[in-house]
Parts: sequence; structure tokens; C-alpha cells
Amino acid sequence: MIQAPDLPGWAAIIVGLLLFAGAAFTLVGTLGLIRLKTFYDRVHAPTLGASLGTVLVATASMICFTVLQTRPVIHELLIILFVTLTTPVTLILLARAALYRDRSEGAAHVPADDE
Amino acid sequence: MRRLFPFPLLAFSLFVMWVLLTGFSPGHVLVAAAVALLLPRVMLPLGWERPKIRFCRAMLTLARIVIADIIRSNIAVGKIVLMRRPDRKSGFIQLPVALRDPYALAVLAIILTATPGTLWVQHDPRRNVILIHVLDLIDEQQWIDLIKHRYERLLLEIFE
Amino acid sequence: MSALALAYVITLSQILLGLAMGCACFRVLRGPRAQDRVLGLDTLYVSAMLLLVTYGVQTGRTLYFEGALVIGLLGFTSTVALAKFMMRGEVIE
Repeated sequence: MIQAPDLPGWAAIIVGLLLFAGAAFTLVGTLGLIRLKTFYDRVHAPTLGASLGTVLVATASMICFTVLQTRPVIHELLIILFVTLTTPVTLILLARAALYRDRSEGAAHVPADDE
Repeated sequence: MRRLFPFPLLAFSLFVMWVLLTGFSPGHVLVAAAVALLLPRVMLPLGWERPKIRFCRAMLTLARIVIADIIRSNIAVGKIVLMRRPDRKSGFIQLPVALRDPYALAVLAIILTATPGTLWVQHDPRRNVILIHVLDLIDEQQWIDLIKHRYERLLLEIFE
Repeated sequence: MSALALAYVITLSQILLGLAMGCACFRVLRGPRAQDRVLGLDTLYVSAMLLLVTYGVQTGRTLYFEGALVIGLLGFTSTVALAKFMMRGEVIE
């Protein structure tokens, strides 16, 4: 399905670059999920897509709709806001759960609980 | 004013969110005002203390530093993923913090985790030590200095 | 001319995001442990959300934005619930 919105040339270039860069950052982040060796290394990988990937793609969408509808359309800011606030929460919870499981199994490479 | 808006920041963000989601028209602005007026009252029975935020230049500086750091560390982590370096090692760091305010600690946790390459794992409230995981751990002391000087100083200025 | 180039770039970005979802699926299926699978699921959600945003740009309809927002919020809730479950063995204490 090859299709594109009818944008003027300058906007098309900006939107295309932002979309491509965002998608590329997200792909590199998920490649990290495959290539990194331990779980604690892999937790870092999704933050690429969740930080710069989301910001770039959402900005591209904002520019595209603002030009298309000739009025400011900025509701994609909500996606940026939700993702940057919620991804850290999920990753922290996940890392804590993994640490808890590793500790309760007595794994050697994790720091001991001092509490 | 305090009685009308117990959590002014929450009311403001609810208003902005409603207007962004539904579109800017007089009717929706009215509904958004009602939502912003009524919904923060749900928080009152929970009995949370209000965050003490000082609006100052430090906020702008912090925002600038965080945005620059996120872009830079995105590229750094991308390089690590694409080009495997054999000498890279990752590890945990115990980091003593001077921050006490729970809201400031929450902001620090979000900043550290949203920046690729560092991950907040745990906070020990008795010893005031946080445990973070770093993907590219070359020099432990360097990371501790970086976090203390870049983020913690500004957060202390904003929250305490 | 520029519209055709943009169309190709959008499709290319969608392919990249689809590959990203494939990588996340690999981690969900492969494991090796439960936390790896949940991490893969979270990444899958974020990539799917971005893919929906690119569909919105492609078709010029704002409908996809709402879908993306719902996927993002559901992904957050489900990952938090799963992480909580792994930690304590129950979701609501």
C-alpha cells in the first residue's frame, strides 16, 4: 500500500526524515533486545524507542496534521507525555521484579539486599 | 483559592489534557473546566502532601540538560547495540543521594530511566542510597559525580 | 514527486517498525525467563503504537491517533500488572 498525504515539498521532507529517524531508533532499540546478553542489559534497550523514537514519530505526525489541516494540531504531545512518564515506571517495576526473583534464587551476579 | 484548587498543577494538566483530546471549542473548554475543578478532589481522601515546587530558572536548565542527555545517550546506546565492544561491561552502582522529598526522588527516577543507558532499580529510604544499573560502566566514580552534579543539584534547588 | 518519495519513506518506516515488532516477538517467544518475555511484550506495545501513528500520517486521518493512545495506555497497565504478578504472585494485594 503506497500512499501519502498531499503535503508541500518542505513539509514532506521534514516529515519523512523524522519518521525514518524515529523508526530507525526504535528498530535499533529492539535489536538490542536480541543482541545484548543479560536481562539487566536488555532492560535498557526499549528506552530508545520509548524516548527518541516516540518523540520523532509523534513530531512528524504533528507537523503533518498541522500542515494538512492548516491549524495547530498538537494532541500527539499527549502520546509523548504518556510514554515518557509510563515507560520508566514499567521498566523500574520490571527490573525490581527481576532483582527480587534473582535474589530469592540466590544468584551471584546481583547485589545483595541490605535492608 | 487553596480550597477551590487543592492540587493546582493536577487541575491545570487535566484541563490541558481534556482540551487537547477533544478539540478547542467553547463547550469542551467548559467541560474541561468542570473536570479540572472536580476530579482533583478524588486525591484529597488519599491524604498526600502537596509537592513543594519552586518555579525558577533551574527548571529550564534541568529540562535543557535532560533533553540533551537523552539525545546523546540514545546515540551512545545505539552504538553499543550495533557495534559490540568486547571491553564493555555493565553493572550496578550504589549511589548515596541527598534528596529526601519523594516527588524529587520520583523525578530523578524518571530522568535516570528515561535516559537510555541508566536504570533506576531501588531506593533504600533508611540509608538514602539508590541502586542504579548502568549499561556502559567504565568508571563508577565518574557516573556518581555526573548524576550528583548534573541532576541532583538542580533537583535540590527546585524541590527543597 | 515529493509525495511519491514521502510515500516510499513512510512505507520504509513501517517496515522498520514491523521488524522492530518482530525483534520484540523473538524475545517474547524465546524467553529465557519470564521477565524477558514481559520486557518483549512492553516493547511490542510501544512499537505497535508507533506503527499506528505512522498509519495516521499515511492516511491523513486522526482516527489512528486515538488507537495509538489506547494501545499505549493498555500496554502500560498490562506490563505493570505482569511485573507486579512476578514480584508477589498476585496482582492486587
